[in-house]
Amino acid sequence: MTASPAPGFDSLAVIAASIRTGERSARAVLSSSLERVRELEGDLHCFNEVTIEAAEADADAVDQMVRSGIDPGPLAGVPVALKDNMCTVGIPTTCSSKILEGWLPPYDATVVSRLREAGAVAIGKTNLDEFAMGSSTENSAFGPTRNPWDTGRVPGGSSGGSASAVASGMVPLALGSDTGGSIRQPAALCGIVGVKPTYGVVSRYGLIAFASSLDQIGPFTTTVADAALALEVIAGHDPMDSTSLDRPAPSLLASLGEGVSGLRIGIVEDFITEGSECSDAVLAAAAALAAAGAKLDQVKIPELLLGLPAYYVIAPAEASSNLSRYDGVRYGLRVDGPDTETMNSRTRGQGFGPEVKRRIMMGTYALSAGYYDAYYGQAQKARTLVIRAFEAAYRDFDVLLTPTTPSVAFPFGSKVDDPIEMYMCDLCSIPSSLAGHPAASVPFALSPQGLPIGVQVLAPALGEAVMMRVAASLEAAAPREARGPVTP
Amino acid sequence: MTEYETVVGLEVHCELATATKLFCGCRNAFGDEPNTNICPVCLGLPGSLPVINRRAVELALRIGSALNCSAKRSIFHRKNYFYPDMPKDYQISQYDEPINVDGFLELPDGSRVGVERAHMEEDTGKTTHVGGGGRIHEAGYSLVDYNRAGVPLVEIVSRPDIRSAAQARAYVDELRSILVAAGASDGRMEEGSLRVDANVSVRPLGATEFGTRCEVKNLNSLRSLERAIDHEVERQIALLESGGRIAQETRHWDEGDSSTHSMRSKEEANDYRYFPEPDLTPLVPDAALLAAAADGVGPMPAERRHRLSELFAAGSELATRRDGSTDQVVTVVELGLDELVHGAVAAGADPRLALARAANEAAASPQAAKNLDPAAFAALLKMESSGQLSATQSKQVLAELMDQGGDPAEIAGRLGFERMDTSALESIVDEVIAANPEEWQRLRDGDEKVAQFLFGQVMKASRGKANGKLVAEAFASRRGD
Repeated sequence: MTASPAPGFDSLAVIAASIRTGERSARAVLSSSLERVRELEGDLHCFNEVTIEAAEADADAVDQMVRSGIDPGPLAGVPVALKDNMCTVGIPTTCSSKILEGWLPPYDATVVSRLREAGAVAIGKTNLDEFAMGSSTENSAFGPTRNPWDTGRVPGGSSGGSASAVASGMVPLALGSDTGGSIRQPAALCGIVGVKPTYGVVSRYGLIAFASSLDQIGPFTTTVADAALALEVIAGHDPMDSTSLDRPAPSLLASLGEGVSGLRIGIVEDFITEGSECSDAVLAAAAALAAAGAKLDQVKIPELLLGLPAYYVIAPAEASSNLSRYDGVRYGLRVDGPDTETMNSRTRGQGFGPEVKRRIMMGTYALSAGYYDAYYGQAQKARTLVIRAFEAAYRDFDVLLTPTTPSVAFPFGSKVDDPIEMYMCDLCSIPSSLAGHPAASVPFALSPQGLPIGVQVLAPALGEAVMMRVAASLEAAAPREARGPVTP
Repeated sequence: MTEYETVVGLEVHCELATATKLFCGCRNAFGDEPNTNICPVCLGLPGSLPVINRRAVELALRIGSALNCSAKRSIFHRKNYFYPDMPKDYQISQYDEPINVDGFLELPDGSRVGVERAHMEEDTGKTTHVGGGGRIHEAGYSLVDYNRAGVPLVEIVSRPDIRSAAQARAYVDELRSILVAAGASDGRMEEGSLRVDANVSVRPLGATEFGTRCEVKNLNSLRSLERAIDHEVERQIALLESGGRIAQETRHWDEGDSSTHSMRSKEEANDYRYFPEPDLTPLVPDAALLAAAADGVGPMPAERRHRLSELFAAGSELATRRDGSTDQVVTVVELGLDELVHGAVAAGADPRLALARAANEAAASPQAAKNLDPAAFAALLKMESSGQLSATQSKQVLAELMDQGGDPAEIAGRLGFERMDTSALESIVDEVIAANPEEWQRLRDGDEKVAQFLFGQVMKASRGKANGKLVAEAFASRRGD
């Protein structure tokens, strides 16, 4: 099926500006957002829960502030969707897993508080691969999310619900989390902008952990400027997260229009495949940047190919530990048994889906006595090699370009029986995750089948500003039809 | 039968006396209503993250310093195993890069026990099995209290340098004094503030290799520690003597039947799958942190014992004396009366007398003794030394001084303790000699045992007013010494 551009859709900056000046009400903006959800949710299944009443109350509060002459903040009245692995007080937070059935968090994630303080209105919790493990949203216990460009195809994952919600125009902003590509890959497959910030720039407090040394929250938007604005709001030090960097949120919007003249940009050859439409898009993007004044060159960084196998040891290892707490004792699902041990294993046996179990087993094995050095230890060494290789490359380049994904959105079921094939989706996005570097996916082209293709911009740690400048230049050079929102 | 040597290493868990828990702001308190000191972090709720309590790090460094350890850059690991009272089903602990390494503890008898490490970790909650007499397998259900979950602990691991149950006890006793002196712990074993596990093995005397060890748990008092080690040593020797082999295992001390029982073998032990805790950053003991840790900490008991011993001409000799001086030094330091003794000596009192009065009479009410004015204490001791007061009188004045305070001379006067003049003393001595000619002769013949008797007679006749030193002098001059 073919998608068409969504009508009458405004960026979040435009929405916030009109609400702050009283031109539009937050309640009216919310209504049109919820209307779009009602219209498309049946086809797309972006949400695990739409919190209409809470959203209406929040929107009314924003309008009341405007009426009282108080500025509700830079995201005044902007409807936002939250990936369902971010804690929200009193609202089910499921990680799309049966094991968290019935659990109501008693606290808000830091990003949720920051969005609210900036005036945003949360409308619900979006679908994901269970515990963010997957690249298609097919691993959700509540059924897959569909791609608005072609509802026969996956939206990518694990933040597929958030990506599809923005790409279909339900919301101008959604938050996702990215461990090995879970923001960038679905952004690419859905024709929108997705940004994974430097590790430690956005607080992880209240983000239900998959792999703690890699997890990072970031925005999905339809434009680069919107992503920059959203990131400025959610970033910045949080004393509740020890890995949060002790520095203020980066300033991104101010330098967004400075262009790329004089910037040194490297095309990572190792991820370029002849005849691949995704690789062709990168070469076209490079040409556009060169035309805008950047200095383009090819660079070989073969160590980056070590990233994928290293990631699939480290991330499952951390996950096996992070997911231990779902034991039926304190919250969520409990399947009773004659003793605690049986209760634990029955609960986990019935509560977790197959991909989560696979990763817990892989991670447990990798950390086991006698195997630790060969797997976890070796993977950490590979991680160090990736970091060093990046360091060397960034001596010559300001940013690097790669495809975000090896292929465009694939049909449902085409990779579910082959985990390795599914894991390959993350090939180009994983190295930045291992290094803790920022990376952004920008929609740049359409495939011959009419599916969006993303180009990935990589930068060194805390290089968000230059990365977003390059992303903005790419966006300016990209055809409008390559980017959402679209109507399925 | 072969002679065996006992080899013991101790692991002591010490709950730190912080106001809040190790990774969150919840109250660290014993005995509160169950599950009232909890939050998303110490309950391990999804999405919560740990943030290190800086005060706990300072106290851990204090302990390390008191145990003569080196402070290192350290990291936390996760120790993974499933247990209902552990909210995350892993414990955040330090593994191969602990905060304190390579120290030692000096016992009052002068022996040293090596300290391998003193690392930080979080405590677990507490499970109560209901029904079935508290045994897990027969319990109807179990209740978990998470108030203790996340309480900061320091685990102090000794080297296998301990050679007897009595030395093990002395080690824990001394360690407890150190932890209390450092302000790091309340030292209450009965409340679980201090928990001890003992690694026990035996080997033929003179052997250089260690025997197979067993870890003994559930040692809730110094007494059970001593008894359990003695029992375990006997069990191991009996097993070896009957041709058996020791299996490396964890054993549970049962106070009821006074023996240890196998809990789990080495093969059944958990694989903890340790790996670096990604939610925390490394701890670096920089100058500021070390200064904060050291701030307000006084000298440790061993150092105080040394300082006190140095008051005597032959400080080192004191350690080997059999007249009780060593015990007096230990007691005085333990009760915190060493500053009183130092003060009195500085004001001119006789060191040995000051020590003896502090260790015996003052020790009877240590709190009152701590409030004694060292100058008044010294004045009293000088009156005794000069013969102005007898020992008995001096003790009475001291009791009054501790009770009411005041001026010792004034108290002595009020109690009617006037200085006995020399002629009165001389005549009492002559009367006693005249009344006990046989004993006097024996003393002159060199039987020193009888001196005590004659001395007592003089004291009796003087109603305790005679000064012991002068009495001794009076006898000596009459013996023609």
